[in-house]
Amino acid sequence: MTAARAAGYAALVAVAVAAPFVLPQYQSQLALLWVMVVLALSWDIVGGQMGYNSFGNIVFFGIGVYATAVVQRDLFFDIDEYAHAAGGVASQLAPLEYLGGLALGLVLGALLAVLAAAVLGAGILRLRGHYFAICTLGLGIAMGEIAGGTDYIGAGSGLVTPLFPELLGERNRFFYFYFMLLAFTCFGVLGAVYRCRFGLALNAIRDNEDKAEAMGLRTTRYKTIAWCLSAVFLALAGGAYGNFIGFVDPVDTAFAGPTLGVWMILMAIMGGRGTLWGPVLGAMIFHVSREFLWTYLLGWDRMILGLLTVLIVLFLPLGILGWLRGRTAGRAAAAGVKPSAAESRPSSSTSQPPLSESQP
Amino acid sequence: MSALLRVSEVSKSFGGVTANRALSLSVDAGAIAGLIGPNGSGKTTLFNCIVGRHPVDSGSVVFDGREIRHRTVPQIARLGLLRTFQQTRVYGAMDCVQNMQISAPQRDAENARQKLFRKVPAAVTEKAESLLEFAGLYEKRRLRAGELSFGQQKLLEFAMALMNEPKMLLLDEPTAGINPTLINGIMERLLRANAELGITLLVIEHNMRVIMNLAQHIYCLAHGSLLAAGTPQEVREDPRVLSAYLGAQ
Repeated sequence: MTAARAAGYAALVAVAVAAPFVLPQYQSQLALLWVMVVLALSWDIVGGQMGYNSFGNIVFFGIGVYATAVVQRDLFFDIDEYAHAAGGVASQLAPLEYLGGLALGLVLGALLAVLAAAVLGAGILRLRGHYFAICTLGLGIAMGEIAGGTDYIGAGSGLVTPLFPELLGERNRFFYFYFMLLAFTCFGVLGAVYRCRFGLALNAIRDNEDKAEAMGLRTTRYKTIAWCLSAVFLALAGGAYGNFIGFVDPVDTAFAGPTLGVWMILMAIMGGRGTLWGPVLGAMIFHVSREFLWTYLLGWDRMILGLLTVLIVLFLPLGILGWLRGRTAGRAAAAGVKPSAAESRPSSSTSQPPLSESQP
Repeated sequence: MSALLRVSEVSKSFGGVTANRALSLSVDAGAIAGLIGPNGSGKTTLFNCIVGRHPVDSGSVVFDGREIRHRTVPQIARLGLLRTFQQTRVYGAMDCVQNMQISAPQRDAENARQKLFRKVPAAVTEKAESLLEFAGLYEKRRLRAGELSFGQQKLLEFAMALMNEPKMLLLDEPTAGINPTLINGIMERLLRANAELGITLLVIEHNMRVIMNLAQHIYCLAHGSLLAAGTPQEVREDPRVLSAYLGAQ
């Protein structure tokens, strides 16, 4: 079982590593696919496992985008010269300079995002249900507007990220592997975390927060940690995403609520919220179908995607993975296989045999 | 024996409605006390006041020698004072074992921090399963809690409370909506939890047969005030209690 599973993972890794070499023309699309996987996975921490519908997670993504771009700018460019050229500075950086700036920016972005999640979370995570959703929605929009009005980060005309040094090879391939590793890390970390007590605590908050409080769980702390965890991965994705796109627009790249911000929710719900594989599956299906649709059916693409989303929410409310699981469980029940009926419990010294109970 | 829980002169009103009027009661460590009264007499409100869900207007609540009036629900729960709900509250999408695992006590903050990112220890799972067996739910342990019947959910909620190793349990109508066969099972388990695990109980109950057999001391509320208190025998024969229940004025 575990050997088969390990082989399965190895095969997936092999496919992922080989993909940009086999399909070099789709390299940038495949890189975006991993971005989508990270977005969906990190949304699902709070939205799926914890049951808090956040429409504002894009905030942390945007913080990562801006932090990285600003660090890269201020580290290597004279601000006067940069301002004079109105963002037109595009001088070549040495590979180590570029990588150093990128790494520093990513780390700083992640720290800033965690800080923002902790501060915002202390206030917003007290809200529940629709109130939380609406508040986070406002947060995402507000951040886009604020960024678009702040001169230091380029205001509405945005920021240009440094050119990718030619010595580092192909830019798209570099970012493909960065996003792939980030997606793997995110998947691995979340898989490990969900198996811990923390995962159970998140599910408990999702299922009945009042009960969790009445049982003495430190719900506020767990909710904040979950949002911070989500923020880390979003900022790490965002920082590189700005460089990958090459230009930081406040509303289209960084705080892209109507696109990336909504897509991350759709992908997680489509695949199956509250599961580890669901967001991954959802991201793959969503991204691939979106690319096909707007390549071949431009103009109809958003309508069809919207229709697809409505159909999935109506007929597969638990997502594709939730539906598959329900089917296998249903088949097991139909075949008369009860998961626990066959096992018998060794008698324990403290308790007497359970009374035979009829259902009330 | 000393009082584990002492409620003194607690009042709580919602707008113009006084739900609790200067209520006082005390429960000794290791005892089983009952709380009865007609619908709307303020029993559940008193529970909510004790566990910190409602801010108390005036009065004091002392548990285990500490004033807990201004503490929050999770803080009070971590002191070892737990309550169950009249309408069952379980983690519906999690299976029974997971419901139990997450109910394991986390009193000490440092300890809780360390355990947060560790897997649930085998000892905890073992204890969870043996308590599920105690509650008669062992066969159902891999079912989602939401798929259990109402009575089974009550049993699960009780088992979750025991998992938390409380000093005292406040039970809000543990046998309401349960069939008579299962009621006996629940009563027996309450008595065993009290005798074997030493958990002090305060039970709200409408079923007179249950409460008279369970409690050593009973408090009767009516219209937010304490109407009568005493042994089951005394309360049963108190004419004021009879008139409050039957409406004979």
